[in-house]
Amino acid sequence: MPEEISILVNGRTIMVPAGATVAVAVTMAGDVCRTSVSGEARGVLCGMGICFECRVMINGHDHCRSCQVLCAPGMEVVTGKSGAP
Amino acid sequence: MKRTFDVAIAGGGIVGAACAAECARAGMSVALVERELVGGGATAAGMGHIVVMDDSEAQFALTHFSQRLWQEISAELPPTVESEPTGTIWVAADDDEMAEVQRKHEYYAARGVRTEILDQHSMREAEPNLRLGLAGGLLVLEDAVVYPPCAALYFWKRARDAGATLISGTVAKLEAGSLQLADGTAVAAGVTVNAAGAWAAELTTGVKIRKRKGHLLITDRYPDFVRHQLVELGYLKSAHSVSSDSVAFNVQPRRTGQLLIGSSRQYDNESKSVDHYILQRMLERACSFLPGIGTLSCIRSWTGFRAATPDTLPLIGPWPESPGLFLATGHEGLGITTSLATARLLVDQIAGRPSEIAIQPYLPSRSFMESHA
Amino acid sequence: MKRSFDVLVIGAGPAGVAAALRAAECQRSVGLVDDNPSAGGQIWRGGVAHPNGGTPWLELLRRSSVTPLYGTRVFDQPAPGLLLAEAGETLLELRYQKLVLATGAREMFLPFPGWTLPNVMGAGGLQALVKSGLPIAGKRVVVAGSGPLLLAVAATLRGYGAEIVCVCEQASWRNLATFAARLGWRKLGQAVRLKRELAGVPLYTDCWPLSAAGNNKVERVVVSHRGLHREWACDYLACGFHLVPNTELAALLGCQLEDGFVKTDPCQQTSVADVFCAGEPTGIGGVELALLQGQIAGLCAGGDQSGVVELVAQQKAMRPFVTRLAKAFALRPELKALAKPETLVCRCEDVALACLRECTSWREGKLYTRCGMGPCQGRVCGPATQFILGWHAESVRPPVFPARVESLLAAALNSEMNAATNANTNSGERS
Repeated sequence: MPEEISILVNGRTIMVPAGATVAVAVTMAGDVCRTSVSGEARGVLCGMGICFECRVMINGHDHCRSCQVLCAPGMEVVTGKSGAP
Repeated sequence: MKRTFDVAIAGGGIVGAACAAECARAGMSVALVERELVGGGATAAGMGHIVVMDDSEAQFALTHFSQRLWQEISAELPPTVESEPTGTIWVAADDDEMAEVQRKHEYYAARGVRTEILDQHSMREAEPNLRLGLAGGLLVLEDAVVYPPCAALYFWKRARDAGATLISGTVAKLEAGSLQLADGTAVAAGVTVNAAGAWAAELTTGVKIRKRKGHLLITDRYPDFVRHQLVELGYLKSAHSVSSDSVAFNVQPRRTGQLLIGSSRQYDNESKSVDHYILQRMLERACSFLPGIGTLSCIRSWTGFRAATPDTLPLIGPWPESPGLFLATGHEGLGITTSLATARLLVDQIAGRPSEIAIQPYLPSRSFMESHA
Repeated sequence: MKRSFDVLVIGAGPAGVAAALRAAECQRSVGLVDDNPSAGGQIWRGGVAHPNGGTPWLELLRRSSVTPLYGTRVFDQPAPGLLLAEAGETLLELRYQKLVLATGAREMFLPFPGWTLPNVMGAGGLQALVKSGLPIAGKRVVVAGSGPLLLAVAATLRGYGAEIVCVCEQASWRNLATFAARLGWRKLGQAVRLKRELAGVPLYTDCWPLSAAGNNKVERVVVSHRGLHREWACDYLACGFHLVPNTELAALLGCQLEDGFVKTDPCQQTSVADVFCAGEPTGIGGVELALLQGQIAGLCAGGDQSGVVELVAQQKAMRPFVTRLAKAFALRPELKALAKPETLVCRCEDVALACLRECTSWREGKLYTRCGMGPCQGRVCGPATQFILGWHAESVRPPVFPARVESLLAAALNSEMNAATNANTNSGERS
């Protein structure tokens, strides 16, 4: 049974299995990753770091590809940025 | 196949496109000949900074006049041109440079250009991400930013709507009275115009134009990180240096929230590839003025070639060795700004009508001081 | 941070792992770089449940002398023999004698109405999330598009408890049957096993998605199947149209490409000295071919050519499979009409097809509409515009992936080239 860790997504505590990526945490939190330049909600597309749709702000750094970042305890994730008008 | 026009323009960058629009507006039949796409070349590679310059009376006259022409059309520009009245802040690092700021302020005030001197405190308010310890700067309120390829395309469409023809092809030979494409097509014209930018000297032997390579970088979107076009006062030293490679701090906020980071100048390097040592110097400069820029995500870098004349002023007017052949080229880093004035002065001379500013400083017939080895 | 290796391998999928192991066997110092948090690439992606990805190669890798450099993304080559990479906040300078590019492939995406809705993902994309811990049990998933990946993904997701509504393959039944008939025993066995794992799941051929719809996320999908429209409710649409090679780094290094793939000689050497390429970037051919090519590249880069001849012969025998695979899953022309004028093609810059149709080339599209100017630099919209409009994307410039300004600048380049040219530069602060 993989252990669980807790991170913050948009201020809410989310429990994810250790080894999960931030993209998983955002999806489990029921949020979308970012807002596109014309205002569309966007989530994960390629899952492997080439499409840039999964970008979120992690610990204050914007434009992070959440599908390639492992969750770490206490991480703070903010969605809805990364290219928003 | 021969075709005849009043004017045939070689080169569809922003200068060529603006000339086509102005000629067509004046009732001339116009052919614009472009080998790749309208708005390519330096137009596609550079920053779209509409800026008034004070390094000489002639440069001031041309940029100021042209800036006014941009303002006259700003309301009709489509959204794709991304016209933004950002203004420019000339950044002063120390008291010597603040003295320069004072001089510029007085120079512009005497000529009707609105500027504001910013001290340390008001600079921080205007641009919170500039480093502490800068002495201040000069805010030039009416400078603006546009997206050049779409501006060129807009000028071309105005030309087309007034009856101009776009001919896709490479000009192999440009003479008074005609130009010939690489595929053999001949285009006859009462007047021909060399608007080929960095390649102008290849079309007209004896034209004193050298390619001046530049680098730019673009970041991802960081809305509000920088609000004005920021240029260091040392920029002019870089632009005027005639032999060595140089970099100068020059950052532009795009409407998209992306930052364009420049600038660099190199002679005698015709390779399109990015030179890492130049990039390094350029970014060091940028980081020294905007310490927070280091953590920004950079998406792409690229190069382009400016058309540089020996005295930093463009060539607008008849080519003395070939009556009927005109030049509209050599704009170095000011092609976007002065495209509209260039078009106006060119058509004035073709049509024999008076110009709003003196044309002598830009005539191709002027003599150059032998200023570089 | 500076590291130096005899052999540097970029990409820790099957080709890269095989190359790294073989080079290490040649008693070379080997570094293995991947931008994912762990090795395995896409097909051997482990995730929370099975860290080993179900293959002994990864266990061998763990026990070898290969230096792992994961979570590391190469973005530039400032001088021959030197690559720059970002790993989190750290900048890495990676020097090498020989380089093996094993950068793999990515899914091809085609635009259609609703494709930008959340929970419409690539097939590999959804699989990656699920392996990484996304709960999928009880969720309805439609799998659509093209390629062997679809069945593999459907089976994997089912294994995690997903309800696979159907698998929709755009290729014709005839093309698939022709392809299956030529499969070797091993691949046929794999196919049969997959079919068993998907017992009860409808598999449709000549079938492709027409639209996805829903309120803020996908809720239903409409497909075209043999002239009829069929609609299903679903929680996820896993949709990818086979694979395109990741050739950007190779292009940046100056490697010659042919028909969009990296050209190599039988030893997997590219047109650039000391640079090898193995796996999907040389031709989409699957795991076994990638393993062969990786081993060849690793041995040649490692300097031990003794075992190579046999591997090269095996590799050569497998090349026809690449052609058969491409033929079987070639995209049918009807897919060009999926996108409507208002359908977004460039997702980074939100550029609709109608705007692109006014342009006549990739460069025009880019300059006039910003298509391809976003962070993905055309990795998603490039293949789509190539298929729909016949455009060819142009030059690759550094950084080949976005990198921080400080990374681009901080590399202290000690090359003679840099020292010599520095002498000619003056900065704006002095007159």
